Amino acid sequence: MEDQQISQEDNQSMMDKLSALWRVIAIPLAAVLLALVIGAILLAVSGANPFRAYAALVEGSFGSMKAFGRTLAKATPLIFSGLAVAFAFKAGLFNIGAQGQLLFGALASAAAGFMITGLPPFLHATLALLIGATAGALFAAIPGALKAYTGAHEVITTIMLNYVAINMTDYFADGPFKDRTEGNIVARTPEILDSARIPSIGEIPVGFLLAVLAAIIVWWLLWRTTLGFEIRTVGLSPHAAKYAGMKVAATVILTMVISGVLAGIGGAIETQGIVYRYQPGFNAGLGFDGITIALLGKTHPIGIIPAAILIGAMKAGASTMQFNAGVAKEITDVIQALMLFFVTADIIIRKLIRSKAESGETVTLSGWGQQ
Amino acid sequence: MQTTNTLPAPLSPSQQFLKQWGVTIFIAIAVIGITIWQYILNAQVTEAVLASTIRQSTPLVLGALCGLLCERSAVINIGIEGQMLLGAFVGFLVNVWTGNLLIAVIAAILAGALMGLLLAYMSVTLKMDQIIGGTVINILALGLTGYFYQVGLTTDGKMLPIPLGPLADIPIIGPAFFNNPPITYATFILVIAVHYVLFYTKWGLRTRAVGEHPRAADTLGVNVFKVRYVNVIVGGAIAGLAGAFLTLEAVGSFERAMTNGRGFVALAVMLFGKYTPLGAWGAALLFGFANAMQTQLQFADIKIAHQFIGMLPYVLTIVILSGFVGRTRVPAADGVPYEKE
Amino acid sequence: MTEENLALEIRNVTKRFPGVLANDNVSFSLRKGEIHALLGENGAGKSTLMNVVYGLYAQDEGEFFIDNKLVEINGPSDAINYGIGMVHQHFMLVPVFSVTENMILGSEVTKGTSLDLNRARKEILKISEAYGLEVDPDAIVEDLPVGVQQRVEILKALYRKANILVLDEPTAVLTPQEAEDLFVVMRQLTEQGVSIIFITHKLKEILNVADRVTVMRRGKVVGHTSPKETDQQGLATMMVGRDVLLEVEKSPAKPEDVVLEVEHLKITDERDVEVVKDISFEVRAGEILGIAGIQGNGQTELVEAMTGLRDATSGKVYLSGETIPFENPRYLVEHGVGHVPEDRHKHGLVLPYDLADNMVLNTYYQKPYAGQMLVRDEQAVLKNALGLIERFDVRAPGPDVAASTLSGGNQQKVIVGREFSRPLKVLIANQPTRGLDVGSIEYIHKEIVKMRDEGIGVVVISAELDEILSLSDRIAIMFRGEIVTIVEAKGTTREQLGLWMAGATPEAVV
Repeated sequence: MEDQQISQEDNQSMMDKLSALWRVIAIPLAAVLLALVIGAILLAVSGANPFRAYAALVEGSFGSMKAFGRTLAKATPLIFSGLAVAFAFKAGLFNIGAQGQLLFGALASAAAGFMITGLPPFLHATLALLIGATAGALFAAIPGALKAYTGAHEVITTIMLNYVAINMTDYFADGPFKDRTEGNIVARTPEILDSARIPSIGEIPVGFLLAVLAAIIVWWLLWRTTLGFEIRTVGLSPHAAKYAGMKVAATVILTMVISGVLAGIGGAIETQGIVYRYQPGFNAGLGFDGITIALLGKTHPIGIIPAAILIGAMKAGASTMQFNAGVAKEITDVIQALMLFFVTADIIIRKLIRSKAESGETVTLSGWGQQ
Repeated sequence: MQTTNTLPAPLSPSQQFLKQWGVTIFIAIAVIGITIWQYILNAQVTEAVLASTIRQSTPLVLGALCGLLCERSAVINIGIEGQMLLGAFVGFLVNVWTGNLLIAVIAAILAGALMGLLLAYMSVTLKMDQIIGGTVINILALGLTGYFYQVGLTTDGKMLPIPLGPLADIPIIGPAFFNNPPITYATFILVIAVHYVLFYTKWGLRTRAVGEHPRAADTLGVNVFKVRYVNVIVGGAIAGLAGAFLTLEAVGSFERAMTNGRGFVALAVMLFGKYTPLGAWGAALLFGFANAMQTQLQFADIKIAHQFIGMLPYVLTIVILSGFVGRTRVPAADGVPYEKE
Repeated sequence: MTEENLALEIRNVTKRFPGVLANDNVSFSLRKGEIHALLGENGAGKSTLMNVVYGLYAQDEGEFFIDNKLVEINGPSDAINYGIGMVHQHFMLVPVFSVTENMILGSEVTKGTSLDLNRARKEILKISEAYGLEVDPDAIVEDLPVGVQQRVEILKALYRKANILVLDEPTAVLTPQEAEDLFVVMRQLTEQGVSIIFITHKLKEILNVADRVTVMRRGKVVGHTSPKETDQQGLATMMVGRDVLLEVEKSPAKPEDVVLEVEHLKITDERDVEVVKDISFEVRAGEILGIAGIQGNGQTELVEAMTGLRDATSGKVYLSGETIPFENPRYLVEHGVGHVPEDRHKHGLVLPYDLADNMVLNTYYQKPYAGQMLVRDEQAVLKNALGLIERFDVRAPGPDVAASTLSGGNQQKVIVGREFSRPLKVLIANQPTRGLDVGSIEYIHKEIVKMRDEGIGVVVISAELDEILSLSDRIAIMFRGEIVTIVEAKGTTREQLGLWMAGATPEAVV
């Protein structure tokens, strides 16, 4: 009888946990559904068959093991850029510059991938990845330092730096690092060596496993270490952080650097696992997707994984959809934007589903003037 | 009553003016100086640079006007980029359908206003984080224009310059200021109009009060929500006009993401102009000048990779932002949703 | 009752906030030309009631009568139209606007589409002359002393032809002498037909100025009285609901060695104004030094410099003879300085954090809260919280609730628990009881005295004269960034303190 009681209690706590989980995921889930519904209406309005389009989308992303592998491959850099954005959010920073950091990471790892020779595969791939991470970190340190020492808001500086990054990486891909093989006229680097590539196990890309590992590490860092405590305190109340003896400026810079590391790895993995070279335009938008993913995942490192898989699936299935249903790929961008809108405007959804769903930790960002 | 406070010795008005505008005036004089010097060397190029300065600055001034109307009432608008882009696209599309430029411009303005309404709804009613709200608009605009855009369409004509009689023949400034297409003239008028409204009318007083101390305004019967809604919607409309400028007056066609960060540069322009329309105009002219010089540099046979020249306006924005943000007085309530109870 | 000549009558007003019944069936009446004091502790519901009357909050139930006529007040504009004016506790003035702009906001005078500032200026001068309240219409409000800002607030109401004036804790920011001046103005106004509701929790002022008193406690009206029928002790008992000690119980101090010494300290603020001008003083172990002064005379900056939050332009602070570095709060935490900050929401707590995290806010990195490799020990953090909640009587459901859900008194106890439980040499408490209820105030005073008796050097900064007088062993008075004088608390009177705080030289006050 005692046993039974215990198992009943277990059940009870299980139910509690489930309902707690439900309260957290209800809103993102509803946001996704609502966005898909409105997307369907848009499709219908523009003369396409939404059911066929969505069916093709699912087929192209989950229809076969191969399609699923493609989804995971697309999701991999997205997890990293989502983590980069979410991590910075925790310190109250909006790193819209994940895009630029990602480009530098992609370019640097490509350079390391074709310029360094004679290393064994594992070592070469790791080294290229680390070089990509470093490039992202350095580029992210700039807006971090500007914010910490001059107060220049990171939203504007990172966006401006995105344009700088586009120009810079373009310069390298069209200049010093250009693929000089005969017949090539486009701006791109040579292919990286086989030893720098990140392989797949079956259809599952190794990069994806790294991304999941990164998410776990980020979670641990934020909630189980004193550094994470400092970062979150700075994000919630810089004044209290100062009172508590934390170094606010250093924490801001460090947070941006770690965010840049994550973005840089995202770019590097794209280079080493998918594209095998740096070619401008191939990574466009990944950093911005990171914003959607971070918010869709409720800025929780673990929540980012399913969010990234979802967006990755839309990317992976978009071509199938275009081919099978004749719908322009860009509809996925619209649906993504709608998801972002509904998940951030969660009051609307809470009214719609009349749920006591938690809004989760709300993101608070600083305005211009006040520190 | 006794006065019992430590007070700074107030600066004399002239000192205060110098402290506030010193740097700006210095830059302005330097630019004018260089221009005159250039004109003596090469009149034609200088006139071209000046005209190009005005062209480049127009969307920036309009964007900055949008930003400052919003922020003067304490709503941060980082969705200017998206509002502009959607305005540009809608204006373009309506022109393709109707073949009419005026209707197209009106449509662009309405599209911008609608995006303004969306931002107001998110930030005033839903009390969402305003920076995220603006980002939603940017991403939404990028997605919508990308989806509905079809390659190969062109507008039915462009807005053409209207020379203002003999004024257009004045050396140096004539071609730049008095031989412009309609939206550019409208911009000149808007700068003055917003300046007047903001600093000389009842609405402006209320707007500024709402931006500084919304509760004080509320206790005096000012409807904080209404003031914010109207300003943000009007701001959106102006951003829509900036979009119309890009497609209907400057380029004559639409490209994906053609705003190219101008909405964000406009925010830097707004800060640099210290939240005043006239200041923003000056700052936008400076940015426009830098852009015009950049074009000149690309024509000139200088051995710098075009990518580096292309970076200039963005780097300039960062530098100005870093140097000025601390010294610009931001409206005290900027970015803070108003809670009535 | 309707026979009476009532300016305003409030009947059965109820106002609920999520989780709180702020006003519970409150009735209240204001006779024409009287000063009616509304007395109650912080959080008793006085300000809420007045905000309801002024239309800032919508009542859930209840009615208002003005001149015996039922009226509906749906917003401040209605209140203004019915002749109600309110001077809020925190001034409702736009700091960067001129006096004129502040006065006309919402009731603008225009000429065509433009504001007519000239006409407004003339009107303001006329009113200010009529009531003897002098102001410069062109002055920028943030440059004005608080006393004058308050005058602007009163004029703002009169400009809108208010004949019912609500003053919410108007003396909180004034010296006793300025408060006296205000009372004179209030009596003048009543002679001119204005009826005044005077919100306060200061008993002496009521006895001084009010015609009648209504007492509120926990959202309810608990009684009516008048200064003729009662005294301070009677009012206090009504307000709190039990007998209250008006004095802090403490034995004479036994000062020992100097533990904290401030030497020629100078501080310049963000506006490049020297706000602390060459201050020196010392604090001994086992004594309480009170720092008195009207807000804005440099106390905030002085404390910030002493506690590591601000840099000084010159001068030194010694802790047991060692120079302390500026802008290094961690050094102070590690060397035995406790700090109860002035603004508990801004500095003292991270409101979204739970109590456990808040209770290790500045020691989170030390053993046992963190071990190897920066890893936090959640169990140790929790254990610490449970202990402090018990010891400092924090009323909370548990250590895992967010600090934002607690009442002000309990939030302050979280801070007090965190700071007082560390091994200390010096304790600096800035406005330790601001905004708290009497129970919490008594508790915190007792704890501070206990710290002193354990041999800790204590600095208490307060704008409340009574707090300073009853808690301190010695008192330093600050005025315009300087210490006017340092005196023994024993034998010093409120009046003396008030004069010094207003800038009188030590010699002039006997």
